[in-house]
Amino acid sequence: MNQLKNPMAARDHARAMEGSVAEAMPIVPPVADDLPANVSTDDLIWEETIAPGGYATRRLPRGSRLRLIDLRGDACASIQLFNAEMPMERLNVADTVKVQWNAYLETGRLLLSDMGRAMMSIVSDAAGTHDAICGASNAASNARHYGDGSNSGPYPNARDRLLLGAGKHGLGRRDVHPCVNLFKGARIEEDGAITPQLGPFEEGRAVVLRAEMDLIFVVANCPHVLDPRPWSITPLRATAWRGDVTGENDAIRNATPEGRRAFLNVEDYYRR
Amino acid sequence: MADPYLEGLGAVVHDEIVAARAPWMHEVRKGESLRVVDLEGNQAVDFLIYAADDDAERYSAQDTVAAQANIFLRTGTQLLSNEGRVMMTITDTSVDYHDTLGGACSCESNSLRYGHHTKAQHACVENFLDANLRAGRTKRDIVSNINFFMNVPVEADGSLGIVDGISAPGLTVDLRAEMDVVVLVSNCPQINNPCNGFNPPPVRMIVTA
Repeated sequence: MNQLKNPMAARDHARAMEGSVAEAMPIVPPVADDLPANVSTDDLIWEETIAPGGYATRRLPRGSRLRLIDLRGDACASIQLFNAEMPMERLNVADTVKVQWNAYLETGRLLLSDMGRAMMSIVSDAAGTHDAICGASNAASNARHYGDGSNSGPYPNARDRLLLGAGKHGLGRRDVHPCVNLFKGARIEEDGAITPQLGPFEEGRAVVLRAEMDLIFVVANCPHVLDPRPWSITPLRATAWRGDVTGENDAIRNATPEGRRAFLNVEDYYRR
Repeated sequence: MADPYLEGLGAVVHDEIVAARAPWMHEVRKGESLRVVDLEGNQAVDFLIYAADDDAERYSAQDTVAAQANIFLRTGTQLLSNEGRVMMTITDTSVDYHDTLGGACSCESNSLRYGHHTKAQHACVENFLDANLRAGRTKRDIVSNINFFMNVPVEADGSLGIVDGISAPGLTVDLRAEMDVVVLVSNCPQINNPCNGFNPPPVRMIVTA
């Protein structure tokens, strides 16, 4: 590396990387040629492919749509949500299942905050296998299963990935909360046993979520905590675009009395 | 007359009746045991655990159910932290199983579940917050909890709800601390569902060496 002995040579070497492409990377500015027909490319706000074992984080404005795609059938999107202007308000998985009288996530379900508000709605779901029960892998569980779970090693755990994502917003260990996992499922048997649904599944399954509040979104893409296979995880694609704030006649808003009150509380919060 | 709730226990370190609707916070040292007594039956006891040395490490419902691949807490269940370490073990219980999916009632979630007319009612999150704020913790430190003596079955289609207790007067749960922990309890004040028989009674907490 003799040619890199001076700063200008190092600069040239670094600059020669421009235009390089990796499978997992953000596209800046965002470009996507597969937006829904009614979405203008001008409204695209985020396009990123998240590495196997990686994480990403983004502020999402109220009304925006977030599409996650399990590109090769073996992604696991572990998600944290925070109210962007008051991050002490965050996703509450227990309230999410209790208030909606159901443990499973599917089209039409809401992700509720600990303040009685709808943070996101699931507006479409081509996967059908999601998990609000098992949470994130942690350093200990990955160390047991893969021999290592550290962020600096080859088998990072989902919780410590979420911690780095939250940390980029000034949040810390006390803020990383119970998560939901999209694309990997968990069914509950009559005796309480948890049966994970791990795939691999068909390629390209998509879930579209609508932000009902201004959010900090954090996602980790690490193997499901109950995945018994050798390290198995494939890239996750995230695309987001601006959209209308949910209106009073929205079908998801009005589907249940509990959900309607969660939207009334959101609308009340933004009444200012 | 011998106290039936002390039968088989070691030396009593602390013995307290927690009033209906009230919070309770107490340090339990590694190796000590905690007996929770549902004195009158049908009382949900909302329960959180913090590591005494580092309270950013706390009970994790998700890690606990994932590790045993079962949503119900039974005799033998290890209660894990968010770091995947064992905080306490359920050494015995006279109830079939306990819940850890349903979380704690709050003024805010009550407004969704029952209507805004219940917003002003006292709730478990108020208890958790009240006690935590006095101990240097905040709302950030409230996570999914255990509900001892609460019955939350999940049906084949995912339907889930708090149903009539499987508890009865005098039933107990015994826990052994596997590290020095701070236990935070809300003696659930909920009056809108069957978890407290619509009438919250006191519970008894006995710490033994």
